[in-house]
Amino acid sequence: MLVITNLHANVGDKEILKGISLTVNAGEVHAIMGPNGSGKSTLAQVLAGHPGYEVTGGTVEYEGQDLLAMEPEARAHAGVFLAFQYPIEIPGVSNAYFMRTAYNEVRKARGLEEVDPMDFLDIMTEKLKLVEMDEAMLQRSVNSGFSGGEKKRNEILQMAVLEPKLAILDETDSGLDIDALRIVANGVNKLKRPDTATIVVTHYQRLLEYIVPDFVHVLAGGRIVKSGGKELALELEAKGYDWLLDEPAAVGG
Amino acid sequence: MSSAIDQLVSKEYQYGFSTDIAADTIPPGLNEDVVRLISAKKGEPPFLLEWRLKAFRRWQQMTEPHWSNVTYPAIDYQAVSYYSAPRTAKPLGSLDALDPKIRETYNKLGIPLNEQKLLAGVAVDAVFDSVSVGTTYKEELKKHGIIFCSFGEAVREHPDLIEKYLGSVVPYSDNFFAALNSAVFSDGSFVYIPKGVRCPMELSTYFRINAADTGQFERTLIVADEGSYVSYLEGCTAPKRSTNQLHAAVVEIVALDNATVKYSTVQNWYAGDEQGVGGIYNFVTKRGKAFTNSKISWTQVETGSAITWKYPSVILQGDNSTGEFYSVAVVNNMQQADTGTKMIHIGRNTKSNIVSKGISAGKGQNSYRGQVKVMPRAENARNYTQCDSMLIGNACGAHTFPYIEAQNNTATIEHEASTSKIGEDQIFYLKQRGMSAEQAVSMIVSGFCREVFKELPMEFALEAQQLLGITLEGSVG
Repeated sequence: MLVITNLHANVGDKEILKGISLTVNAGEVHAIMGPNGSGKSTLAQVLAGHPGYEVTGGTVEYEGQDLLAMEPEARAHAGVFLAFQYPIEIPGVSNAYFMRTAYNEVRKARGLEEVDPMDFLDIMTEKLKLVEMDEAMLQRSVNSGFSGGEKKRNEILQMAVLEPKLAILDETDSGLDIDALRIVANGVNKLKRPDTATIVVTHYQRLLEYIVPDFVHVLAGGRIVKSGGKELALELEAKGYDWLLDEPAAVGG
Repeated sequence: MSSAIDQLVSKEYQYGFSTDIAADTIPPGLNEDVVRLISAKKGEPPFLLEWRLKAFRRWQQMTEPHWSNVTYPAIDYQAVSYYSAPRTAKPLGSLDALDPKIRETYNKLGIPLNEQKLLAGVAVDAVFDSVSVGTTYKEELKKHGIIFCSFGEAVREHPDLIEKYLGSVVPYSDNFFAALNSAVFSDGSFVYIPKGVRCPMELSTYFRINAADTGQFERTLIVADEGSYVSYLEGCTAPKRSTNQLHAAVVEIVALDNATVKYSTVQNWYAGDEQGVGGIYNFVTKRGKAFTNSKISWTQVETGSAITWKYPSVILQGDNSTGEFYSVAVVNNMQQADTGTKMIHIGRNTKSNIVSKGISAGKGQNSYRGQVKVMPRAENARNYTQCDSMLIGNACGAHTFPYIEAQNNTATIEHEASTSKIGEDQIFYLKQRGMSAEQAVSMIVSGFCREVFKELPMEFALEAQQLLGITLEGSVG
């Protein structure tokens, strides 16, 4: 589904990603872990097409297409979803209107008919249960005045509505208490299908107790320095990251 | 801010066509004879000619105001034609007799002057260049005793009402542009709602400038008698022309005791091109006088014009009267807007509420200028002002000039202001959810304007939102 080869990216003059290679197949869950400033969020943003990052080398192939050549909205239409670390506030725009517009744009791009507000409400009623959110949430302005936990749940709600093929969760666990963490993780797990894949970017092993990864990669200094199975996360929890920082870069899994 | 918010392209103005029609246009220039000629062409009674002449003489002694935050080359008032009317064999004012070309023009603008096709519940008075060419639903309104007609017709049919109320809110000596308008105004709309009547439909005037090198100087007078209610909407467009055209209108509203008047404007005059060539100079005086327990509410969506200079105001004359001003002003490319309101609290327990949303894109300059004045007798006056600016890109400007003056220490006056910038991150967020950059901007901006849009009659709220999208189209690449 996703093949990243020797990806380099800058912010301004500073190189953040220094040659990332990673292959993600349908049905898999990959966790990207690593210390602060290692480039985890940059990788997530580059995959989604944030204009603030400049790709200076390498390729990303998504379902046979050149992902880096696609506009962010085209990536969304093709099924790439990024759950933001810091969800953005859009004052004055209701959550329902925002999500319906997004839903219909993705449908239009796939040659499907748009749904009207009434039918959309039915869809939302189902999706809200998944993240244990109240219908009142739909009438509030997008992320405005939301608590940290509400913002993260709102991201997963959008994911549930848009049903992406490749979901990238950027530190979705940060700032969540244990109940919210469980709700968010349950939502993500229920959305998993054999034909979809998930990349979970996280700082802590905690989230991975709920969303169990098939592969764990450690990012440090803009490179993947170690890859392994889910047990690697536990090892990291016990030993920290320092022991890895001097090891030579591993080949991405 | 990087690439995405740099590129500025203007979208084609879709109302920029002109209609080729024989017109009775007087030669450019302004003197007393021209004023007399206009009055004679309209067959006006002597009191009105006298009033025009007084205004003209006053205007000659005045100088054009330059205190606003806009710049433009000097206007040659002798190069403007002050009267242009479509030439037609039949008398104007009857819809059946309307020239097919004019009817076609309004159809193209989406304003069919055919009662069956009209939006249900909206009566329209269409003003083409200087004259009203037709008013719909007149008979229906007549049943309620409501007068809704062109200004010229009102002068002929109801001279007593005109004589009583004309200039009672905006005197001819008020300001330079109001004096000019008072001297040469050609037509406009007149509304009278009788005592205790709730007008059963929206009233609307659609202004269209067609002829080149003419000015449009219309006058609207709305009188809401005691305990009545009316909601009124005006819309405006003009052809694309490379020269600037002058539009100096006056709107007067009288809300007698316990009356409510809601006045909404969707202004979309031609704004000029990306380089700032052409476009309408929109110098307008709008004011209402609110008597005891009455309410006057202005809502405006200003998207067009090269220059906008207008301050819809309320004189809160009577006790317990309320004035409201809800405004969205958008400038893109080289547009300049200096707009806001004046709330003059004279009566006791008077209230005013101001919500202004300014959006600047391209090299546009947007100024909010608002005055809140509490007179000595205005016990317990209250004002709340909220003034928000949004910037799109790095080359535009937003300015706020509040003037607050309280002469009574029981007054409560609040002023809140904010400035925000549409960020790359907001746009990216919406793009990541599948929207185009333009959809993203349009969504962010309409969210920003929601408090104002919700004040518009429903049919027009959608139109205003779309218009905003079009005006800002291309403002983000």
